[in-house]
Amino acid sequence: MIKIEINGQVVEAHEGDMLIDVADSADIPIPRFCYHKKLSIAANCRMCLVEVEGAPKAMPACATPVTDGMKVFTRSPKARAAQKAVMEFLLINHPLDCPICDQGGECELQDVAFEYGDDVGKYSEAKRVVPDHDVGPLIATDMTRCIHCTRCVRFGQEISGLMELGAVGRSEWMEITTFVGKSITSEISGNIIDLCPVGALTSKPFRYKARAWELKAAPAIAAHDSLGSNIEVHTYHGKVMRVVPRENEAINEVWLSDRDRFAYTGLYADDRLTVPMVKRNGRWDEVEWEEALEAVAEQLRPYLDRPEEIAVLASPNATVEELYLLKKLTDVLGIRRREWRLRQQDFRVEVPLGLKLGLDEVEQLNHVLVVGSHLRHELPLLNLRVRKAQLAGATVHMLNPMDYASTFDIADRLIVKPSEMVRQLAAVAKAAGAELPTGLADVAVTDQHRAWAEALKQDKTAIFVGGVARMSRHYAELAALAAVLCEKTGASVNILPLAANEMGAQALDFAGESLNDMLEKGAKAVITLGVEPEYDTLWGERAVQMLERAERVINLTPFANARARAYSDILLPVATAYETAGTLVNATGTWQSFKQVTDAPGDAKPAWKVLRVLGNVLDVDGFDYVHADQVLEEARQAVAEASAEIAMPDALAAGGELEVVPSLSLYSTDMVVRRAEPLQQAAGAAVAEAVSRLEMESLTLCCEQACVELPNRCDEAVAEGVVFEPVAIDETLTAPAACAEVKA
Amino acid sequence: MAEIPLNECCYRLNHLDRSWDIDVYMANGGYEVWKKVLAGELTPQEIIDEVKTSNIRGRGGAGFPTGLKWSFMNRHAPGPKYILCNSDEGEPGTFKDRDILRYNPHQLIEGMMIAGYVIGANTGYNYIRGEFWEPYKRFDNAVKQAYEAGLLGKNILGSGWDFDLYTHLGAGAYICGEETALIESIEGKKGQPRFKPPFPASYGLYGRPTTINNTETLASIPMILAKGGKWFADLGVPGAGGTKIYAVSGHVEKPGNYEVRMGTPFKDLLALAGGVWKGRKLKAVIPGGSSTAVLPAEKAMEMNMDYDSIAKAGSFLGAGSVIIMDETTDMVKALERLTWFYYEESCGQCTPCREGTGWMYRIVHRIRTGKGRPEDIEMLKDVSGKIMGRVICGLGDAASIPVASFLEHFEHEFRHYIEHGCSIYDRA
Repeated sequence: MIKIEINGQVVEAHEGDMLIDVADSADIPIPRFCYHKKLSIAANCRMCLVEVEGAPKAMPACATPVTDGMKVFTRSPKARAAQKAVMEFLLINHPLDCPICDQGGECELQDVAFEYGDDVGKYSEAKRVVPDHDVGPLIATDMTRCIHCTRCVRFGQEISGLMELGAVGRSEWMEITTFVGKSITSEISGNIIDLCPVGALTSKPFRYKARAWELKAAPAIAAHDSLGSNIEVHTYHGKVMRVVPRENEAINEVWLSDRDRFAYTGLYADDRLTVPMVKRNGRWDEVEWEEALEAVAEQLRPYLDRPEEIAVLASPNATVEELYLLKKLTDVLGIRRREWRLRQQDFRVEVPLGLKLGLDEVEQLNHVLVVGSHLRHELPLLNLRVRKAQLAGATVHMLNPMDYASTFDIADRLIVKPSEMVRQLAAVAKAAGAELPTGLADVAVTDQHRAWAEALKQDKTAIFVGGVARMSRHYAELAALAAVLCEKTGASVNILPLAANEMGAQALDFAGESLNDMLEKGAKAVITLGVEPEYDTLWGERAVQMLERAERVINLTPFANARARAYSDILLPVATAYETAGTLVNATGTWQSFKQVTDAPGDAKPAWKVLRVLGNVLDVDGFDYVHADQVLEEARQAVAEASAEIAMPDALAAGGELEVVPSLSLYSTDMVVRRAEPLQQAAGAAVAEAVSRLEMESLTLCCEQACVELPNRCDEAVAEGVVFEPVAIDETLTAPAACAEVKA
Repeated sequence: MAEIPLNECCYRLNHLDRSWDIDVYMANGGYEVWKKVLAGELTPQEIIDEVKTSNIRGRGGAGFPTGLKWSFMNRHAPGPKYILCNSDEGEPGTFKDRDILRYNPHQLIEGMMIAGYVIGANTGYNYIRGEFWEPYKRFDNAVKQAYEAGLLGKNILGSGWDFDLYTHLGAGAYICGEETALIESIEGKKGQPRFKPPFPASYGLYGRPTTINNTETLASIPMILAKGGKWFADLGVPGAGGTKIYAVSGHVEKPGNYEVRMGTPFKDLLALAGGVWKGRKLKAVIPGGSSTAVLPAEKAMEMNMDYDSIAKAGSFLGAGSVIIMDETTDMVKALERLTWFYYEESCGQCTPCREGTGWMYRIVHRIRTGKGRPEDIEMLKDVSGKIMGRVICGLGDAASIPVASFLEHFEHEFRHYIEHGCSIYDRA
């Protein structure tokens, strides 16, 4: 440690630390625009100029390393003169249109100008005007306001890995723009809204909705992937107006995926359910809660002596409290047929989910093998961590049915169809010394497989098995082989949880019957919690048919589309994650509780409260909770230890000439996201087309007799023998991916 | 006036027919030093010592001692190192390097080879100004000849030493003459200066240790080593040795490049260039290129063309680009053109230069078009003062210096414009 003096105050620092960081740690304010702790040093705004004793010129604090005994003055006449000069230059061409600027009230330029600017501008020439470009549905641009700090440019280069923005032109004509009029496609693009210190890049969905100072901010946890990013939800008169990241180095750092940031725009969709409804004689009656819950009890009662006739489907995004109460209630009633593993079609073996490494440990990895994952889309912020590891020297190998566009360098890849992925992974396992079951024991091992196995034997390595593997018909083999491979190489095996609370559902041992069995056997009565089976499973209309055939469907849901209104008998409007208190367990097993941010619209109630009262109505003991905390406390006691073993399935799943692989858009993952219009217009939203290597205009996909014809996009990145079928979209529901075959 | 010795170093062959051919160069002692170096007859340390003895200071404008710059490089540090030649001669008034590229390219090549050898660089780039198409072709052809003669490439003349030389044509940005912007440009990026430190000697081209020298500096090296550092030092003045090429332009009878000895009196240089044209009187001189301070005639006539003497007169030797202005020159118009140049050429990276150069131009333009206001002069001084010393590279300062110096010496001309809406030479 060394000592420096800032404004006469002695501050301890490490030799070589940048002055601005040292000052920040001592709470000594230094104005800045281009500096950002997560980005490289640009030193271009010159706002942080300070006086350093002995230096002839004022020095930029962001780029000046401290040395022992250094004397710094941040408010001396020399420092102030430099800061005021820079401030004046920044403002001469700035439009000063604060009254109509969304950044007003939370603008760094405004804040700094308040302290360092003059009350009257001396500049009387014409101001610069910069034309705006439409960069997509998420980010609004007002480039005339840009102060050229290049934070957004550096974000693309250094963080997201997609250099979509750059500075073109020079002098006053320098302009931040996309590459030849393209739009911004990164799955984490919204972060540049936070990074922009002025109103040049603002949120398009939030545009002109409210002023910053009118908003009420509350901490929450993002519920659209398994990372559990920490967020702040901003409401205006009780309505969610926007979501911004809340810093948590262990999870999301300072970032947020676009999905977590903009999903809130789906909250107030037209089919939002606001009143409890009971179907009588084919007509929906809006009723009071009491009447609705009485109706639930009344409709369930005939089946309670035959609990095997009742099935329960719950969303893996539901909170711990919701899942726990639903489990407790159904347990008491003798109902065991419960499922949350909705986007899975292979249940041959139990596969324990979980990221075994902390996210900071992911950054430290020396080698990563990704098996069946479009990492960027499945878990955008985990992808960032892997990217950091790669930039720091780690190698990454990919085993996938498609060479997904990556934001970092892939050292080697095997792009093959799923049945072949099994054989390739088996070959790597064999190279690592694993004994393989019949059917795989004969796989040919090449130098490539040996190299892959060797790479995993290094210190600090991991295998990530992702959503593409999870949704495949070969999930059991892929997971089991990954586990064997890890055992042989010392790598950590990570079966990636995808939805917000899969880890919670797993910890509570919620599942009692596999989805496939449930669909096969059907049920007389069904309770659903936050599920749209046609989109949330890989079974499309087949899943809907199970509900249509049931005599009673009790549906706890925030939204009710036409299908739900058709198959349900009772619709209970429940809150989304933004409108309830609850707990989500993230991929690394961290339990994160959050308070209710705002009320759900209309009469909609948090689901845990609905279940609690339903317990009373059904005369079940132990449902007298007052706070969500009490539910959580009990739930924690009920946590079951998941088995760590992954068994090899008895027989191998069959491959085929052409294998249909489900493809899930990152903006089709849950019912809130699917209703978020801006995300549906963004890059990566679902497209009703098959993607394959085949040079055909269209393809017909059939489940037995039911067929759909889809336009086919030929893409060289797809493995031979693979046809990607989009799931969770209306166009493919009749021939869903779980059973679809390509018709010759 | 005594006879002034001309063209003793970089231009020594310029009078010969096809002086750019390797045969002509070799017939005049060319590549002899390089062969001695390869044969181990001159060690890197001896070369550095000789260069230090020569008192040569960087000819690109900053005047940094070349020997000292070279000594910053660790020849034995592992990994690639680079020698770069800055031929991005773009400063208004400067055209001295162009004639080295055109008429004596091999001496420059030999200088680069030697410099590369001294600092341990096996690769060199000559970055040539984008508008210099013909000099670019000429230089590149000379490189080809050197390769064909076995003087460049792998294991040169069996010495075990490799040296490859590439010619890089710029794309027309003044800022790329700034050494770190030049590096960015070679790397294929937007030409913008880097923040320093780190300096190129530790983090240069592709992040590797790099030395950058001006064309004239490097072209002088073979002569320094052939004739000795003392010979070179003795040509000049104490603290700054050698000859210096002065590019004389503006209102003279014979504009052009004059390679004379450092310390030659300005009035002698003016006489060499045929004196002020049309028999007019001298009004002002910009002695070192557009970014050096303008001097009124009386100060200029007393100074000698070396660093100290020009500094004493209130300006800077710079790149030795002497712009002569006669008694009819409208200084407001002259400054308007200069401020436009810096406004147009600012890279846009850092705030004071990006915003301030346009502001200065607009004020001067307003004054020149008869719309000036009494407060404009103070505002101009204020703006130029606010840019100075607060920018990443020298361009911001370079833009401010002309404004400050024009106002220092010729403020009355600006006032006249403001008060009368026209120049002092216009009839009211």
